[in-house]
Amino acid sequence: MVKKRLIPCLDVAGGRVVKGVRFESLRDVGDPVELAQRYSELGADEIVFLDIVATVEGRGPTLELVERAAESLTVPLTVGGGIAGLEDARSLLRAGADKVAVNRAAVEEPSLLGELAAEFGAQAVVCAVDSRGGELVTHGGRRSRGIDSTVWACRAAELGAGELLVTSIDADGTRSGYDLELTSRIAAAVEVPVIASGGAGEARHLAEAFEAGAEAALVASIVHERPERLGELKVELRAAGWNVRI
Amino acid sequence: MNRPDVVLCDYGAGNLRSVSAAFARAGATTVVSTDPAEVLEAPLAVIAGVGHVESAARGLQQVAAALRERAARERPTLGICVGMQLLFDESEEGGRGLGLLRGPVRRLRARRVPHMGWNSLELRRESVLLEGLDEADVYFAHSYAAEPTNGLAVAEVEHDGRIVAAVEQHALAGVQFHPERSGSAGARVLENVLRWSRNA
Repeated sequence: MVKKRLIPCLDVAGGRVVKGVRFESLRDVGDPVELAQRYSELGADEIVFLDIVATVEGRGPTLELVERAAESLTVPLTVGGGIAGLEDARSLLRAGADKVAVNRAAVEEPSLLGELAAEFGAQAVVCAVDSRGGELVTHGGRRSRGIDSTVWACRAAELGAGELLVTSIDADGTRSGYDLELTSRIAAAVEVPVIASGGAGEARHLAEAFEAGAEAALVASIVHERPERLGELKVELRAAGWNVRI
Repeated sequence: MNRPDVVLCDYGAGNLRSVSAAFARAGATTVVSTDPAEVLEAPLAVIAGVGHVESAARGLQQVAAALRERAARERPTLGICVGMQLLFDESEEGGRGLGLLRGPVRRLRARRVPHMGWNSLELRRESVLLEGLDEADVYFAHSYAAEPTNGLAVAEVEHDGRIVAAVEQHALAGVQFHPERSGSAGARVLENVLRWSRNA
């Protein structure tokens, strides 16, 4: 069977990796390519770069960073943040990203998901679903969209997203566990894989997310502090009976 | 001018940078090309990439004749992911492949589609490509898969049923997974492929 994945997420701003609590109070935690390489060596199953200020500032994606990372990485790379349309996605994929994660552009123009899937295949299209209190939000949680997150997630999968990155803004950075209710509701409703995101603090939290139906778990603050933690998490999960790649 | 070891067929939507970098790590020189003569002459031709099979098949038309000629002359060609599917006939996703290998390309029947992530190879017979890789974890990202006629499959994986992970027939080889994104196991596959092409 396909293995459960652990995916370090590097929030990128101005070419550096940053991490904040609930998308606020950002602090610098390193060079994206060096960190991605390090995580890859420690057993990361994939890497995600999210340019967290791109949408807010209206800046385009950082292609140079993606090129550098894609050339040195031997695991898949997903890039998100500020993807406004088909051409942004094309540039990122040509630069070496394996998948693109779209968020606001898909919410505002849902047909984009179908266009991306038709051009690049659904496996290259991740829809990032940010949720607060069960409701869809964008702009790093600053704007409520007035739609139930699960309803949107189902629609996104039908339209062409090949994977859903489901982030609970409430839980993000708190290390108190993933939003299991949100994760299980969406995982049960769709056929595509769900990546649980926001709130990982210990191995048990990842196991709970897998139990809830997630195929993968995003990790950030828990591993940024001490990257070796990534390998330890996998060993702990394997010992608990989870099918992870060591 | 030195001839490159590997020609990567360019069909527009493909992610060729990572494939090219992976071959470079394995010690090979690569060139990205849509030139039929270049595709015909290289020791190894690779059809790689992400993409929808229909747009990929369209993009590949320029070099389709050269790839068929390579097969006729038994010059090694490797298809990766959608590139492997393009070695076959018709796809349920739409579009026609090169028809060099027999069997349909069908949508996966599993609880989770796409089949996304790392899965363990189970070798079915002796394989040049996958030597030393039985039970190795490699990375998959696909919703469709070739269902080759008997004897072609050299490895399978389990995902609510069997999925053919690799095929070999004479000078044609295909892998449904992404060796360029499969860590050290993937690197080993590319080294095997290069050795195969040098000995061909």
